[in-house]
Amino acid sequence: MDFALSEHQLEVQQKAHEFATSTIAPVAADLDRSGAIPPSIIGEVADLGLLGCELDFVAYVSALIEISKEWASLAAVISVHNSLVCYPISRFGDAEQKKKYLPMLRERKQLGCYAFAEPSAGSDAGAIRTTADAEGEDFVLNGHKRFVTSGRQARVAIIYALTDPSKGRDGLSAFIVDTYTPGFSVGETNEMLGLRASEAVDVILKDCRVPASNLLGGLNEGFAIARAVVEGGRIDIAAQAVGIGEACLEQSIAKAKDRQQFGRPISEFEAIQWMIADMSTEIDAARLLTYRAAAIRAANPGDNRLTMAAAMAKLFASEAANRAAYNALQIFGGHGYLTEYPVERYFRDARAMTLYEETSEIERLVIERELEKR
Amino acid sequence: MHLDLSEEQQLLKQAIREFAVGEIAPGAAERDEHARFPSELIPKLAEQGLLGIMVPEAYGGAGYDALSNAIILEELARVDAAVALLVGSHNSLCSGHILLAGTEEQKRRYLPPLARGEKLGAWGLTEPGSGSDAGAMRTRAELDGNEWVIRGDKQFITQGSTAGTYVIMASTNPTQGTRGISAFIVERETPGLVVGKLEKKLGVRASDTAALHFDDMRVPKGNLLGRVNEGFKDVLAVLTAARIGMAAIAVGIAQGALDEALNYAKRRRQFGKPILEYEAIQWMLADMATESEAARLMAWHAAALRDAGEPYLRIASQAKLYSSEVAVRSTSKAIQIHGGYGYLKDSPVERFYRDAKLCEIGEGTSEVQRMVIARELFR
Repeated sequence: MDFALSEHQLEVQQKAHEFATSTIAPVAADLDRSGAIPPSIIGEVADLGLLGCELDFVAYVSALIEISKEWASLAAVISVHNSLVCYPISRFGDAEQKKKYLPMLRERKQLGCYAFAEPSAGSDAGAIRTTADAEGEDFVLNGHKRFVTSGRQARVAIIYALTDPSKGRDGLSAFIVDTYTPGFSVGETNEMLGLRASEAVDVILKDCRVPASNLLGGLNEGFAIARAVVEGGRIDIAAQAVGIGEACLEQSIAKAKDRQQFGRPISEFEAIQWMIADMSTEIDAARLLTYRAAAIRAANPGDNRLTMAAAMAKLFASEAANRAAYNALQIFGGHGYLTEYPVERYFRDARAMTLYEETSEIERLVIERELEKR
Repeated sequence: MHLDLSEEQQLLKQAIREFAVGEIAPGAAERDEHARFPSELIPKLAEQGLLGIMVPEAYGGAGYDALSNAIILEELARVDAAVALLVGSHNSLCSGHILLAGTEEQKRRYLPPLARGEKLGAWGLTEPGSGSDAGAMRTRAELDGNEWVIRGDKQFITQGSTAGTYVIMASTNPTQGTRGISAFIVERETPGLVVGKLEKKLGVRASDTAALHFDDMRVPKGNLLGRVNEGFKDVLAVLTAARIGMAAIAVGIAQGALDEALNYAKRRRQFGKPILEYEAIQWMLADMATESEAARLMAWHAAALRDAGEPYLRIASQAKLYSSEVAVRSTSKAIQIHGGYGYLKDSPVERFYRDAKLCEIGEGTSEVQRMVIARELFR
């Protein structure tokens, strides 16, 4: 039992902390309003070694927490790139695919995106309608995807489509698709409450012809791939939630010490102390669950405890981040409601955490199913 | 970062689980019903090393670390919180205080009989008029020649009527509040030590809770534990460490409730299917499991910090606060899942529900924990 980060992990965390506080913090609010992340920032993230999936997973999680503290939109983009694009290519891709795509996604600073959800299919993969029909040496993709994070900037997309519609979700396959491919077009930006710079968009596939060599993993193995990557994704989002929660706590402590009412700092009122104590307690619990899942995964991605550990971390951390953001706004009072202060953004960003890459309701289902197996 | 138990710790957990299920669980409901102290278990607990958990082997103890202590208390509380409280208070409070502040001679004299279970330990801080506010303590100790003369009353003393060795806090300088508190080792046979009312309680009913009266109780000068007027510093250290134990007990109760609820939900059928297949039940179980796991990690984290010699005041308070509230929520859900059967004395969850409430109160209420946590954060 060792709760401390190793020297290497601390180093990664420290670098991410410096980047987040010196480079990201000053520009996060304005860029979030602009609705996009400049490629120059993606470049700096790559230079830090945070793009790709080679990094020790615990170190990666510690870095992601640091970035989420300043700008959750950027953390969301990094997570999708690493856990939903690089990881499946590195785990399920063939030698050719890895050689072609991983360096591009790592050193050449091209973003990846992940197209799974559709207007009427989210957690229910069986409702996916996008199809991929075999035609000679190619597959021809048709369909409409939604919530494709980084969809406008990404150079590479992992797209899930039906290769055997009669089998429902067991007829899904995953494809690596170059976003310049004719027939791949970006539709409307999904105007969202939070994570506004993560550039979630609709993607329209119209006779989008992809070579068969771009099939990722085996034919009809798409759902198995999605399930395998989603565990990493859950931990990523738990880390984002922990970061938002930590930021809310830090801002609240500073505000409560500074803000005077009735002749004394509001930190002297028990009502405020209670909120702070609960925020700290829950965020610490969330961080422990998140690191536990990360440590299990770092040691062995095939560990059968990982599914439950990751689902618990995601469920707990995302719910705790929302309570922390709610309390932070409450402690800031009317000021917290102004876009001038970051807690307003944390509050909106936190709300995504219980929704994307599986809702809290799905996490509870997953946890309960694992409990039954015991 | 490595958040798994070692093989040795897993074996310990398994061994205590087997002992708890085999020896403690069978009589738990009966002891609770009759508020009967588990005297028959004392030799068995001693044999397992559970009455000298963190006492070094040199003083006859088992020499475990704080993390092992947390593992042990969780497994005991998973079947019977009253026994866990007995073991926890005996070890963390009485022996813990002697270990922390005792002279070599005091440790040699008092710890081995405690570790062997020949004497049970009790610890007396709380009074009728002062709980968490120790500065308001009214028990006085005055030096008279070679003896301390102690007068006053204590309340809510676990093992109050069954202990052989007591650590008693008294004011040696009443004008100085907490800076005038000293600790004393008091033996059961000491003239003037009068056991008062045995309390009847909502939960942990098999645990012995008594009032104590000190009627010009004369204690040898050498039984001062730690330095005169500096006892409160040790009291805080003992309480902080004991909070990890209380957190572990709460985790055990929550886990026991989850064990029972999961089993019941698999067996119980309504409308043609096991109630486990209803989302309402699944949600409760998922939340119970998630929160228990978070609470367990918090207790282990505090224990690991203690073992590493690092500060852990806020972390221990957070662990205690969170896990005790989880225990209350989880046991309430466990009753809900059992429906009417959970409301019956026949069901262990009815007992768990009552026992859980103790965890939000003992070793500092939830409100005191939040006060400690906020104070640390606003430093």
